[in-house]
Amino acid sequence: MPRTKIDLPETIDYLSILDEHGNVDQELEPDISESKLRALYRSMLLGRRFDERMVDLQRQGRIGTFPPIKGQEASQIGSIFQLRPTDWFVPAFRETAAEIWRGRSLESILLYYNGYNEGTLLDRDQKDLPLAIPVSSQILHATGLGYAANYRDSGEIVMVYFGDGATSEGDFHEGLNCAAVYQTPVLFICQNNQWAISIPVKKQTHSQTIAQKALAYGMPGIQVDGNDILAVYAATKEAAERARNGGGPTLIECVTYRVMMHTTADDPSRYRSDTEVESWIKKDPLSRFENYLIDKAFLNDSSREKIEQEVRKQIQAAVESAEKQMQDLGAPVDMFKHLYADLPRQLKKQREELRAHLTAAEREVDNG
Amino acid sequence: MAKMTMVQALNLALQQEMKNDDSVVLLGQDIGADGGVFRVTDSLIDTFGEKRVIDTPLAESAIIGMAVGMAIHGLKPVCEIQFSGFAYQSFHQLENHAARMRWRTQGRLTVPMVMRAPYGGGIRALEHHSESREAYWAHTPGLKTVIPSGPRNARALLVAAIRSPDPIIFYESKALYRAYREEVPEQEEIMEIGKSNIARSGDDVTIITYGAMLQPTLEAADVLAQEGINSEIIDLLTISPLDDSLMVESIKKTGCAVVVHEAPRSFGPGAEIVSRLMEDAFYYLEAPIQRVTGYDIIIPYFSREKDYLPNVRRIVLAAKAALQKI
Repeated sequence: MPRTKIDLPETIDYLSILDEHGNVDQELEPDISESKLRALYRSMLLGRRFDERMVDLQRQGRIGTFPPIKGQEASQIGSIFQLRPTDWFVPAFRETAAEIWRGRSLESILLYYNGYNEGTLLDRDQKDLPLAIPVSSQILHATGLGYAANYRDSGEIVMVYFGDGATSEGDFHEGLNCAAVYQTPVLFICQNNQWAISIPVKKQTHSQTIAQKALAYGMPGIQVDGNDILAVYAATKEAAERARNGGGPTLIECVTYRVMMHTTADDPSRYRSDTEVESWIKKDPLSRFENYLIDKAFLNDSSREKIEQEVRKQIQAAVESAEKQMQDLGAPVDMFKHLYADLPRQLKKQREELRAHLTAAEREVDNG
Repeated sequence: MAKMTMVQALNLALQQEMKNDDSVVLLGQDIGADGGVFRVTDSLIDTFGEKRVIDTPLAESAIIGMAVGMAIHGLKPVCEIQFSGFAYQSFHQLENHAARMRWRTQGRLTVPMVMRAPYGGGIRALEHHSESREAYWAHTPGLKTVIPSGPRNARALLVAAIRSPDPIIFYESKALYRAYREEVPEQEEIMEIGKSNIARSGDDVTIITYGAMLQPTLEAADVLAQEGINSEIIDLLTISPLDDSLMVESIKKTGCAVVVHEAPRSFGPGAEIVSRLMEDAFYYLEAPIQRVTGYDIIIPYFSREKDYLPNVRRIVLAAKAALQKI
């Protein structure tokens, strides 16, 4: 028979639990304790307010270029919640809320975006990779970490984040392909925020969804409403459990929206309409979750205000502390630190060359 | 001691390091049952199994990118890129991540990995199989680039590379893989990365070279010796970080130098070597330094490759030019 049908799975799931107004689908509602729900809310709010503050600081010239996350808080907090401290977190560069959840201090983020290497310093045993700016390159690190976790039988899982643009890169393909071949415990979290700088997702891929790409690799894929924290939470929980039980990787597409510019150096008015942005602001993940919590009587005006004040205070303290720290940082010769385990002789020479220049320049200033 | 080819010596290094340390894993294309296209990993899968001798999908970026993740986790991956001409598909993983991870995390995460790759011409291979582009790696801060010149130092340097806390590019000359056998001790032997070696002592002219070019350089020295010219040959062994101490000392003795490599001349390792000599040995130099290198063209298809590669005649003439004897 020259031509027959190969039986392939032809559909993938789409999951949404909270609607735009925060009404919950009670059949799908995950069982999350009040205290955990409040913790999720607080983290989303902290992510939102810190992001807003960072954009302000950039506009005031107090930090450098910053990629805002506004609108993507549910995608990040809903997923990262499933990671244990012993698991691995592999970010791209627009995961500030997830990074804070993992324990990265606001001060370190402020230092990083103000151009200090010291801003990358985390606790020594923290299993978090640094930001990855070359798009999609971090995906392979997650696959490798997953391989090592299996090799050591450590029970760890790995969660890697990337955007819709990353799915066009070769490393996306190589990373997912290898993860499926070796059945590594990796959760591939695609934050499909509709835009890669000025390129809309429709120009990025002709596939109807990003999630369906999982089928080609032979791994489960699911598309979720990425502005619905309960849907992100439920899908990630299922995938994390599967990975922990030896079931291998999963691709989760969180459909969300980049409400702000690509980075503070970008001007989105050149390529997209305000109407589009406004339509997505109506689907805001934070207010939706807030309404859900109010309906459940886990939140009211006064408790909301209390959290708001705490978060703002925390941010203000971090800004003050980081700006104070910066006054003591910045010895230029520190740029040579940590390139190699032991600095080679030629580099020591170059470091001395810089030191001598600095001393001479200082002397010139002193002598007027 | 057994006499071994470079392929056998490299296999011995891998075998012993894997035995010593279960964090050493190999990954690459066709390295399992096939033993690698040059057989460097021959039989290792039988001893260590497919979890440690990992046949990967045909994807260079994946090999290096996964190794970065594995190394961060605490493994010591030794990657085989089938031919160095295919390593460029993993260039960004080495440049953006392997080379920078320690620096970018203030020393918290490190990438102790090795990328092994056969390089260079001389075996009548197809296109993309004969390049000598070590300058790419040597130009990348955070990497170290090692190029052994014979079976014994290949083994000892590979051991050092596997144990190195920094990522290592390990270029193996495929022309040398089976060129000759050398005594290689069964017991452990390790050489320090970043140290050059005097391959032949002399006081008339200093010839600086590495990798596959050591052999024609040694032959050229024999020819020169017949004419009463004593060459001192410095075998770099590590391209980056470049050890300039022996070459500078040698110039103080000879006053003239030749650099030999098969990589293209412009911006090649020779350019850096000459600069170092100008900085640290200028007042001892009695003549311009000569370079015998590949030309600044794509290495030709193999019918013409022997005229592209530096050979004994070109090295001899360059040495005489350095001595101002022609």
